[in-house]
Amino acid sequence: MRIGDFQESYAADEALFRTATQRVWVGVLGVALAAFPLVAGEYLLYLANLVGVLLIGALGLNILTGYTGQISLGHAGFMGVGAYATAIAATRLGLPFWLAIPAGGAAACAAGAVVGVPSLRIKGLYLAIATLAAQVIFEWVFTNWTGVTGGIRGLNVPPARLPGLVLDTDLRTYYLVLVVVVLHAYAAANLFRTRVGRAFVAVRDRDLSAELIGVNLFRTKILAFMVSSWYAGVAGGLFVYFTKVVTPESFPLTLSIQFLAMIIVGGLGSIQGAIYGTVFVTLVPEGLRSLAQVAQELAPDAMTFFHPMRDIVFGAMIVGFLVFEPHGLAELVNRGRRFFALWPFPK
Amino acid sequence: MDFLLQLVVSGVVTGGIYALIAIGFVVVYKATGVINFATGELMMIGAFFAWTAMTALHAPFVVALAVAAIGAAAVGALVERVVLRPLMGQRAISVIMVTIGLSSIFKGIAQIVWSGEYRSFPQIFPRRPILLGPVLLPSRHAYPFLIALAAIALLALLFRFTRTGVAMRATADDQATAFGMGIDVRRMFSFSWILAATTAALAGIVIGTIGGISPQLGAVGLRIFPVVILGGLDSIGGALVGGVVMGILENLAGGYLDPLLPGGGVKDVVPFAALVLILMVRPYGLFGTRDIERL
Repeated sequence: MRIGDFQESYAADEALFRTATQRVWVGVLGVALAAFPLVAGEYLLYLANLVGVLLIGALGLNILTGYTGQISLGHAGFMGVGAYATAIAATRLGLPFWLAIPAGGAAACAAGAVVGVPSLRIKGLYLAIATLAAQVIFEWVFTNWTGVTGGIRGLNVPPARLPGLVLDTDLRTYYLVLVVVVLHAYAAANLFRTRVGRAFVAVRDRDLSAELIGVNLFRTKILAFMVSSWYAGVAGGLFVYFTKVVTPESFPLTLSIQFLAMIIVGGLGSIQGAIYGTVFVTLVPEGLRSLAQVAQELAPDAMTFFHPMRDIVFGAMIVGFLVFEPHGLAELVNRGRRFFALWPFPK
Repeated sequence: MDFLLQLVVSGVVTGGIYALIAIGFVVVYKATGVINFATGELMMIGAFFAWTAMTALHAPFVVALAVAAIGAAAVGALVERVVLRPLMGQRAISVIMVTIGLSSIFKGIAQIVWSGEYRSFPQIFPRRPILLGPVLLPSRHAYPFLIALAAIALLALLFRFTRTGVAMRATADDQATAFGMGIDVRRMFSFSWILAATTAALAGIVIGTIGGISPQLGAVGLRIFPVVILGGLDSIGGALVGGVVMGILENLAGGYLDPLLPGGGVKDVVPFAALVLILMVRPYGLFGTRDIERL
């Protein structure tokens, strides 16, 4: 059993990581992430980048849906706005990546502010449908505004450059993604220790009560949409530098649904939850793919079952977590941690 | 003028089918407060039941309809009992996501059982087109529309005159009072899903006879959102009106705007643009109940 868990100053009490054990583990994680490319092959690096990009999006959606309670089925649309804005900034305006990616974030942010406007009048299920409409409209614009987005052929983007270094391999992109992910996760974790973040949570728990205690509902909801879309936009921008091309079919409704699945599986309203959820939801299909490849040795048509099985497992994951573990993986992990912290005493 | 008339008539036909799907959706929402994102996949499964009955067992169309209805009813009852009842009264996001999860499961199962291929229904209706004044109506559109109308009328009668129908309306109106009057509310939840799955199956068959079926058929399910938002999420009459209006709207937009814009696809996006406008101006739709929130 862990004992002696007390703080002597308010600063220690408010710290993001409060115990020495936590700090050690975070340090270990940091070293492991930095050293990962030394041991990982091409494929693992690709997966790591993919998880990193999606993780930023999932963090953003968790701010909007998990913490502020506004359901969005249009998150992939915002990511697309960010991706296209980044691509255009990088090609037509010739901006370097460290300006192009924030430009993508800002563009998505503006789009989020517009889509967020109806959230004052409508909520819950209706808002979900409104954002669904936004997703459909975004996709249509990506495909049809050929002068700007390049239509279905999309836009090609040159790799990111630093002085003396071209970030053209998955290895080099990995560190770019890692830095951006850490920055955004850190910002998200801190957001909920500020007045704005607390206001988000108050709006989720009961919006009318929040308004009565002095939270400006309209401003808070719009702000939540903007922050969340910024994350999506940055994810889109990174995605552009990761894949070197943007096409409309990179941002379908199914991606929006995948983001929602990530935060549900991980745990709504939890930063760690978004991390666990993204890793889990992204890697399970990959695990299935390897399984199907192994099975192909035994039964040649095993690969035909891979796609349907992926759909089934994806759906079963959502339904299973909602029915059996609504607080997601974060809750499972916490339960495990509590068990070890209290061991050998039962709770 | 003829062009306009042709567009309107085919819009009404599409709209009738939308209305049929929307009614199943509305019944579930009214009774249980669940937005059913799996409507499209229920359609697809039901259509495949009928298709299997007709091609593998060589059953006549009417028998196939019955098979599909019974199969879909079983699926609806199972889904309600196993998945949705434990989530009763949960947050909106849980309820939405669980139906999305279900739709993904259905799609996967359909791909395994019936493969991802595109199938066409055997010829059911006479080929001769129907002439309405100057408007030519292909038979593969006219008969499905009539079936949809008949089903809607049947549902209306069911709600109006049968004991179960009245009980369902009472449950939708006020759960606690209905419970107090001795109505088995849980059974009504079950019934509403059975009804939704059955109407969805019928709609799936109707759409399948027009353009064939594949596991991707469920994508049509998204089209009902503009319909039910226009009509009001909890209004059956609204579903009918909304379906027809949206059907006409998308046909007109497709007919007149598509040539003007590069790339096309206006037909698919205009209903959703209308949806956003409706939500801004009149969120509860034409005939929906206005929510009043109290603390």
